[in-house]
Amino acid sequence: MVRAPALCDDCCTMTSTAPHHEVRRATRDSTDNYLGGVAAGLARHLGLPVVWVRVAFILTAALGGMGIAMYAGLWMVLPTDERFSDEAPGLASASRSGKRPGRVRRMADMGPTIALGALAFGIVIMVESVFGRGALFWPVVLGIVGVALIWRQADEAQRERWLDSSERLDPVKAMFGSRTWASYARIFAGGALILSGLGVFALTGGRLDVAREIVVAGFLGVVGLALVVGPWVFRLSSDLGQERAERVRSQERADVAAHLHDSVLQTLALIQNNAHDPATVARLARAQERDLRTWLFAEQKDEGASIAAALRALTAEVEDTYGATVETVVVGDVPVNEHVAPIVHATREAMTNAAKHAGTGKIDVYAEVSPSRVEIYVKDRGVGFDPSSVAEDRQGVRGSIVARMERHGGSAEIRSTPGAGTEVVLGMPLQEEKS
Amino acid sequence: MTRVVIVDDHAMFRAGVRAELTGAAAPGALEIVADAEDVPTAVAAIREHRPDVVLLDVHLPGGGGVEVMRQLGTTETRFLALSVSDAAEDVIGTIRGGARGYVTKTITGPELVAAIKRVAEGDAVFSPRLAGFVLDAFAGSIEVAAVDEDLDRLTEREREVMRLIARGYAYKEVAKELFISVKTVETHMSSVLRKLQLSSRHELTRWANDRRLL
Repeated sequence: MVRAPALCDDCCTMTSTAPHHEVRRATRDSTDNYLGGVAAGLARHLGLPVVWVRVAFILTAALGGMGIAMYAGLWMVLPTDERFSDEAPGLASASRSGKRPGRVRRMADMGPTIALGALAFGIVIMVESVFGRGALFWPVVLGIVGVALIWRQADEAQRERWLDSSERLDPVKAMFGSRTWASYARIFAGGALILSGLGVFALTGGRLDVAREIVVAGFLGVVGLALVVGPWVFRLSSDLGQERAERVRSQERADVAAHLHDSVLQTLALIQNNAHDPATVARLARAQERDLRTWLFAEQKDEGASIAAALRALTAEVEDTYGATVETVVVGDVPVNEHVAPIVHATREAMTNAAKHAGTGKIDVYAEVSPSRVEIYVKDRGVGFDPSSVAEDRQGVRGSIVARMERHGGSAEIRSTPGAGTEVVLGMPLQEEKS
Repeated sequence: MTRVVIVDDHAMFRAGVRAELTGAAAPGALEIVADAEDVPTAVAAIREHRPDVVLLDVHLPGGGGVEVMRQLGTTETRFLALSVSDAAEDVIGTIRGGARGYVTKTITGPELVAAIKRVAEGDAVFSPRLAGFVLDAFAGSIEVAAVDEDLDRLTEREREVMRLIARGYAYKEVAKELFISVKTVETHMSSVLRKLQLSSRHELTRWANDRRLL
């Protein structure tokens, strides 16, 4: 017995993910199909060469139509193997965002189909010549071909649904799937064939008015069926919609995870390339750590233009630019407004100075925000300097920090001792919001 | 000699801490007696070895570091929480669960050794971040006179100490800045720790919830 390799793969993944034994289920094969993928799926399930199964179907179809009935029955009950893709998050995400090659349409190998079609046609001719032209034969053939075409389209639409998760389920889409001319053509050709099958049956039976009655009866039957089954189908479609929403959520999670892993991988690669340069490695690691921390623990969520968010952005900027380690602690928070903006700018200047001149690469920033006042402390343990000895023309400290703060009604104090580090203390009163 | 157990679910991290501690500590000052990777093994190892200090990861299979402290109940062993998570719920939750300090995994070897020593001596270890959380949690004055008023509010001195810690001051620097002894700083810290652990202040839980929602 020949085992298809795909089956083997299925087993392996099954045993590795599920601890208990799972029932093996046959599915229709959506990759190796001529009609509904029933034969290929069955062959995979039974471990037989697919040609045998196809030949068996055609033979039994020729001999009294059993094959057709079996094929149709299996087509109805077997689920497609097209499922929510169960790939690794990175791969699935890459697939979704189009970074991997998608499914290739099998238009190239039409040869076998034509051969099989010709064979079937030959068998039909043969049967006809042996048993004579039965009254039922052509109507039935027409009807079956019509049904097959419609089911084929249903399969297309179903696959479309599995593949596309971004949209809500609308009935037209459920019916026509990709809405190419082929999808419309299949539906209309199928419907026309069924109707002409009915018509041929009626005409061979006798008169035209009987034919009309039969067609009308068939139409009414379809309408009745739609009324009975309709609500159920509708509910099913809404279930599918919910399922899709759930899927979108999980895909978003997977995408974020993939993005994150991606960034970690990048950083690791960069770290390996820069292994000889400790400063770069530390900077990369720190930036990555900040990135992961922000995402994983959600504590540092972006709350828009608040002072805490602004300080976090500053932290990231200084860490990335100067390779320093900045420990930022913020107590309280307030939106950035014209009162807060100057102190943020001054903080940035102070942090930059500390990163550039302190020589330790470690900065502590502490911000305390109360409704009436913002205080920010920027501290390093670096070389320090004598504040009184700073030349008048040194813009950094005087212009950007002290003068800026005083201009906006705040205060700035620079405490520094040579050899013991520097601390910049910034204060800014906030207008009480009384209105 | 301080006997230490390392509890962390990442083997690589345990090995790293072990190496770091061995390298940074003075010879004979520190002994790592065991390590553990989840709650049951941690509880077993701590019961068996009765260490002075447990370096406890906050996120741990089996219920987290808090669960280890809960299962052990009252014990002589002191816990120093160590985590990559900066989430306020994690930090405050672990302190309220009984840890005497909280440091993040990016701490350097010498700093960690100092923190272990401090915890072993019964003091509290506050990183700047933890100090910030404490200030945040006890921020604002509650007007209603609570039953346990002294537990629900930091004294002005305690607040001062916390602010200096948050600003990145070392204990010695805090003492110098406030013209008090290091011992007094430690007393204040322990007092803050006690308040953090025992306060039933509803603001504290609400604050934690708010943080989660933010």
